[in-house]
Amino acid sequence: MGAIDYLALLAGAGNTIAISAIAIVLGSPLGLMLALIRWAKVPGLDGPVAILVSLLRATPSVTLMLLVYFALPVLGLELPRVAAAVATLALGSMAYNCEIWRGALLAFPKDQLDAAKALGMRRNLRLHHIILPQLVRSALPALVNEMTLLIKVSPAIAVIGVTDVTRAAVRIGASTYQPVPPFTAALAIYLVIIGALVLAQRLFENRQLTRNAA
Amino acid sequence: MNFHGFAVVWSERDLILRGLLLTLEIVAISSVLAGILGLTVFWSLVQGGPAIARLVKAVIDVVRSVPFMLLCYLIYYGLPSLNVTLDNFTAGVTALTLYNAAYVAELLRGAWKAQPPEAAEAARALGFHGWGLLTRIVLPPVVLDAVPMLGNQMIQVIKDSAFLVIITVQELTYAANEIQATYYVPFASFICAILLYWMLCLGVEGGVRGLLRVAEVRR
Repeated sequence: MGAIDYLALLAGAGNTIAISAIAIVLGSPLGLMLALIRWAKVPGLDGPVAILVSLLRATPSVTLMLLVYFALPVLGLELPRVAAAVATLALGSMAYNCEIWRGALLAFPKDQLDAAKALGMRRNLRLHHIILPQLVRSALPALVNEMTLLIKVSPAIAVIGVTDVTRAAVRIGASTYQPVPPFTAALAIYLVIIGALVLAQRLFENRQLTRNAA
Repeated sequence: MNFHGFAVVWSERDLILRGLLLTLEIVAISSVLAGILGLTVFWSLVQGGPAIARLVKAVIDVVRSVPFMLLCYLIYYGLPSLNVTLDNFTAGVTALTLYNAAYVAELLRGAWKAQPPEAAEAARALGFHGWGLLTRIVLPPVVLDAVPMLGNQMIQVIKDSAFLVIITVQELTYAANEIQATYYVPFASFICAILLYWMLCLGVEGGVRGLLRVAEVRR
């Protein structure tokens, strides 16, 4: 493995991180929206959302990736590879995030809402000033955990030819006939990415703790 | 929406069925092997000294931070460099087993730590040790508590098994892709595969609920 190969792996890492990050940024709020629909038991939407989430949570990422990439053009929607990759990861993330947000919503203390209602706060105000700030904090560990899961299934995007870390490693292995060094390097890169996420979560939690103590 | 695609998939149902059966076989073998291996690792964690515990935990943490697909590639394309060549089915089952055994060990450890230690201490004082201690005292409450999480892990095995399409194991996703490539009916073929995966996962969830109900009745 030469310097160029390492650069190719790093470029792959850049793609993995960028695509995963966009998928997380799209998937989390979408998941929150679905969770709010289920929490509020919106008639006509509650059931379909529950079914969609159950279905998506049971769908392997590779299969979903192939469906999005090959089937959307047939339905008349031509997507570039990277967009299909982002959409697939975001869909999976949305389903998992929905369950996380919903769990946090169900665990939310009712008395706070009653107090806010008694003070005459409207629904939007309650949501923005009472529920969401606390929800983010209580759901954070599970959300970060889901982000690490998303990065772990992100190689599924290599299947349709997006050059992420895994695909870069496969290419190098195929051209040098020595697959072990690039795969080991790729492994190290994933360890660093996932380790950084877990570390960031710990730092954030510690900061929250000291802030709450002060 | 046209139903032509679904008619094509129906006419190729043998292919889908064969893929589904292979997926089931892979999931069954890997789950059992991962259960046994995970149990062994868990037991070495409980029995062994702190050095073993630290080593095992480090290995578990590394495995849990690696994408399954990469492990798959590493085993299928990397092992031949060490003069170990596995066919794609064996490589896939090996990868699934190793990957999920780490999670099983961690799940069991978590359930074990949540148990009161007195039962095992009392059993030791009464002369239980080794196999008897494990199967009669330690495992029953641990496994019972871990059943829902073990079920989730099995769903993970089902979902991860689709990754084996990259090393051309002819499981469900592979079959769907074959049909898609031959007849150009991607929507119908992948939707059918996804619905079948859903059925499998709902089956596992139902099984877990049934087990818990039986356990509740017998308690």
